[in-house]
Amino acid sequence: MNPVEVADAITRVHHEEWARVVASLTRRFGDLDLAEEAAAEAFATAVERWPADGVPPNPGAWLTTTATRKAIDRIRRENKRDAKQREAQVLYADDPPQPLGAVDDERLRLIFTCCHPSLSMEARVALTLRLVGGLTVPEIAHAFLVQESTMGQRITRAKAKIKVARIPYRVPSTEDLPARVAGVLAVLFLVFNEGYLASGPDTDPVRRDLTAEAIRLTRMIRTLLPEDGEVAGLLALMLLTEARRTARVSATGELVTLGEQDRGAWDAAMVAEGHRLVRERLATGVAPGRYQILAAINAVHTSARDARDTDWSQVLALYDQLVRLDPSPIIALNRAVAVAELDGPEVALAAVDRLEETLAGYHAFHATRADLLRRLGRSRQARAAYDRGIELAGNTAETAYLTRRRDQLA
Amino acid sequence: MQYLVSVIDDGTGLATPTEEADIGAFNDRLRAEGHWVFAGGLGSPDPATVIDNRGDEAVFTDGPFVESKEYLAGFWIIEAADLDVALALAAEGSKCCNRKVEVRPFL
Repeated sequence: MNPVEVADAITRVHHEEWARVVASLTRRFGDLDLAEEAAAEAFATAVERWPADGVPPNPGAWLTTTATRKAIDRIRRENKRDAKQREAQVLYADDPPQPLGAVDDERLRLIFTCCHPSLSMEARVALTLRLVGGLTVPEIAHAFLVQESTMGQRITRAKAKIKVARIPYRVPSTEDLPARVAGVLAVLFLVFNEGYLASGPDTDPVRRDLTAEAIRLTRMIRTLLPEDGEVAGLLALMLLTEARRTARVSATGELVTLGEQDRGAWDAAMVAEGHRLVRERLATGVAPGRYQILAAINAVHTSARDARDTDWSQVLALYDQLVRLDPSPIIALNRAVAVAELDGPEVALAAVDRLEETLAGYHAFHATRADLLRRLGRSRQARAAYDRGIELAGNTAETAYLTRRRDQLA
Repeated sequence: MQYLVSVIDDGTGLATPTEEADIGAFNDRLRAEGHWVFAGGLGSPDPATVIDNRGDEAVFTDGPFVESKEYLAGFWIIEAADLDVALALAAEGSKCCNRKVEVRPFL
C-alpha cells in the first residue's frame, strides 16, 4: 500500500470505527473523557504505525485493543481513578474484542447518551458530532460559527453533566424509545440543515462535510433501527435534498432555485435511493410522520423530468397532510408556494400575508413574498420585500440570488 | 445515587387537600419502591432569617437570602440508579404536587 492509500484507509477507518471505539471504551471504563482521549491516542498511533506496518486485517479490533491499552496506561499513570475503574481494568484487561452486534448496540447507546433530553439542544448537537461523528472541536465550532473556546466549554460542560448527574449510557426502554428517537433525529436534521444552508458571510454556502456527516449518522441509526419509519423518512429526505446539491449553487456562487436547476446535474443514485425509501415506507401502510411526508414532497419534485411537469396537486395534498401533523407557520409558508402554482400568486400572497405576525423576522417569508409580488407585477412592494429578505438571509448564495432578482425588477 | 428534587412555588401558595392526598400517595410509592430518603414541605420565605457569621460577630437579617417570585416550597431526596429514573420520578412528583420541580444530583 502506498502512503496515499494508507492515508485514505485511515480516514475511512476513522469514519467507520471512531464511534465504535469510543462506545466500547465508555462501556468498559464508564468515563466518556477517558474513552475519547484513549480513542484519539489509538488513532494517532495508527497514523504513526500503519504506513510502515500496513493496515491491520481488522482495523476496528486493532484500534479498540490499542485504545483499551492506552486507557489502562492512563489509569495506571494517574492512579487516582476510583475503585470501579481499577476493577474494570482488572476485569477487562485481556478481554477479547466484542462481537459486532453487541458493539453496534453500544454505538446506539452512545448516540442516545449524547442526545439526552436533559442536555440543551446545542450541547446535544456538539456532543453527537464530537463523540459519535469524531469531528474535532475546531471543526464543530467553525460549523456553528462560535469560538473554539465556547464550543470546547459547551462540550466539557455537557460531559460533566453526563457524569455528575449520571445520565445513563444505554438505549432507552421500549416505551421511551419513540420520543427519544425523535430527539436524535432532530439533532441530525439540525446538523444537515446547517450544512445545506450554511450561515455566515465567510462560510461556503453548502458545507458538504456537515451534510455528509448527518447522512452518515442517519444511515447508522437506520442500520440500528431499520423498522423506524421516521428514521427512513429522514434519510430519504436528506438524500433527496443532497442529490440536488451541485445543481443548487451556480458557478458564480448564487442560489439556483428548484425550478431553474439543471436536473441532469442531480445525483441519480441518491435520487433513486431516496425514492426507494419513500416507496418502501408507503408500502407499509403505516401513517407517515413529519420526515416521511417531507421526503414524499421531495420525491414528487425529483420525479418530474422538467420543473413544468411537477405534480403540484400531489405536493399540495402532502402539505395538507403535513399541516395536520405540524401546524407551524413555516409549513404554511411552504404550502403557499404550492398554492401559487395551482391557484395563482394572488391566492398564495393572501395566505402568506396572514403569516406576517409570526414570520416577520424569517428571511424565507420575505423572499417568498417578494417572488409572489414580482409575479403580480407589484414591483415597488416586491423590491421592499427583497430588501428585507437580503437583510435577514445568512447564506451567501441566497443573498446573491435575492440581490440579482431585486436588481432585475422594472 | 441521590438526587434533590426541589419543589418550586411561583405564587400558588399552600397545597390544596387534593394535592396533599396525591403527594401522600406518591410518597407511599417512593417508600414501597425503595426510592424514599426524605421529604419535607417548607413555609414561605417571608419568616426566613439570614445569618452571616463569617466575620467577628454574627449578623442576623430579616428575610430570605434572595428576593424572587419563585421560591423553594419543599423537596424530596430520592435514591435513583441514574438520571432517567430520577427524571421519571420527578415528573410524577411535579404532577402530584402541581408545581414545577428541579432535579439536582448530590455530589
